[in-house]
Amino acid sequence: MDTMRDRFCTVAGGLLDEDPRLAVVLAVISGDRFQDAAKAHPDRVIDVGIREQLLVSVAGGLALTGLRPIVHTFASFLVERPFEQVKLDLNHQGVGAVLVSAGASYDIASGGRTHQGPGDVALLDTLDGWTVHVPGHPDEAEALLRHAAADGDNLVYLRLGDQVNRVPQPVSPGRFQVVREGRTGVVLAVGPMLDAVLEATSGRDVTVLYASTVRPFDAATVRAAVGRAAAADLVLVEPYLAGTSADFANGALADVPHRVLSLGTRREELRRYGSARDHVAAHGLDPAGLRERIDGFLQP
Amino acid sequence: MTTTRAAAPITAGHPDGRPYGYQDLQPLMSLMSGDEKHDPAATSTLDVLWVLYDRVLRVAPDTADDPERDRFLLSKGHGPMAYYAVLAAKGFVPRAWLPGFGAYDSRLGYHPDRTLVPGVEIGSGSLGHGLPLAVGSALGLRAQGLAGPAVWALVGDAEMDEGSNHEAVQFAGAVGLDRLHVVAVDNQSATYGWPGGLAARFAMEGWSAVTVDGRDHDALYEAFTAPHPGRPHAVVARVEPKY
Repeated sequence: MDTMRDRFCTVAGGLLDEDPRLAVVLAVISGDRFQDAAKAHPDRVIDVGIREQLLVSVAGGLALTGLRPIVHTFASFLVERPFEQVKLDLNHQGVGAVLVSAGASYDIASGGRTHQGPGDVALLDTLDGWTVHVPGHPDEAEALLRHAAADGDNLVYLRLGDQVNRVPQPVSPGRFQVVREGRTGVVLAVGPMLDAVLEATSGRDVTVLYASTVRPFDAATVRAAVGRAAAADLVLVEPYLAGTSADFANGALADVPHRVLSLGTRREELRRYGSARDHVAAHGLDPAGLRERIDGFLQP
Repeated sequence: MTTTRAAAPITAGHPDGRPYGYQDLQPLMSLMSGDEKHDPAATSTLDVLWVLYDRVLRVAPDTADDPERDRFLLSKGHGPMAYYAVLAAKGFVPRAWLPGFGAYDSRLGYHPDRTLVPGVEIGSGSLGHGLPLAVGSALGLRAQGLAGPAVWALVGDAEMDEGSNHEAVQFAGAVGLDRLHVVAVDNQSATYGWPGGLAARFAMEGWSAVTVDGRDHDALYEAFTAPHPGRPHAVVARVEPKY
């Protein structure tokens, strides 16, 4: 199976043929995969070199003239390094763009901390108006990319990673899906966490919700699912910084006494290399780690 | 995304119908500052802005949203009184807005906001954003086959210290972005200065670059309109030192 990043490069190149309003902006990363698209659309495939501040500012400038830029590099260099450009050259100018990252969280585990970005969604959450897609499968990534490209002038972050679920889920931006119904609580699995959550909760009488679009946060579905449960208990399982969606979840349940358990990557820097699989386990996000903490939180 | 534009045409100029001229800018600025004896040296950008809006830029209040208009991006967004005075003189904003400068219910802040002020292309204030946005704008116009509009960014010489500007200068020079223009108002406030002058920095990156007296309107006009085929163009406008 191709990776989400493979799929993105193929589909984005094709979208340039279909929609003259789109442009792809790169900072070397994945540039080799856009060579054909650049030949076909030399003015709409722009590689600014290793200049991540310029990468985002150029997107702002393109959008000011009416284009819809698709901006791509690794997550740490797309959101964290040029954060002021994201804040001022997109949000503050009141223009839209599609930011597409690769190498989510600890995909590039052996690359060390410099190439890991588990704080990207939390950082974007300090800004208003972003739609955040966290697909769990290349098919979902493709559907969400097509949706994002056609999504008016909205601000969209599409977070691509190497970790995937076995089976794609239907994509419905703005709506969480009910994957399994149960009575003793609700577990929300974000993107690539779904398979691990399903395994960790097998045999438990819980509702499992799935989000491939985590912003906007589908408060209505969360509230309804928690309302059907015997206890107002919600577990968030996110593939990035633990607690990223906690404020949104608490807001959704503000009118009922409730408990929220936030699972995700830990804030402390994990000064290890190895594989993404090693890091998943170290953060307690493998099925065994999830099961232990979910069982300890929910009523038996 | 919506931008707020003035609903009705704005009448600019004197009650007897004469348009505002350069000599009217200081009185317009005094509406914001309350200072009747505004020192020209305090407004380093005044002459550059006037010559651009009066003689160079192809943009007017009724074409402020026209895709074919020239774009002027004020990157040096602090101290925007001269900018607002020129926009009022040219009818982009009502003269009546000027006395409210910086007030809670004013559209004119200490840094401009493009969603609040008609004719303002970018919100600015944080240094080092206007020129990179101008690079993107020039690329965007080119990608849409709009070869006519010129894109101008106004920066300060100290603002050129920002690394984001270096990214933009290198890239624009390397790709020969010839619809891009920079006017750098040089009041010698860069912390470590520019060996050989700021124009040399642009020229080294493949730009067309000239240095002129930033108070001499004819010299500015000549520099602004100098041909520069295949290359972006920088005009370094020297004014009184800041310190």
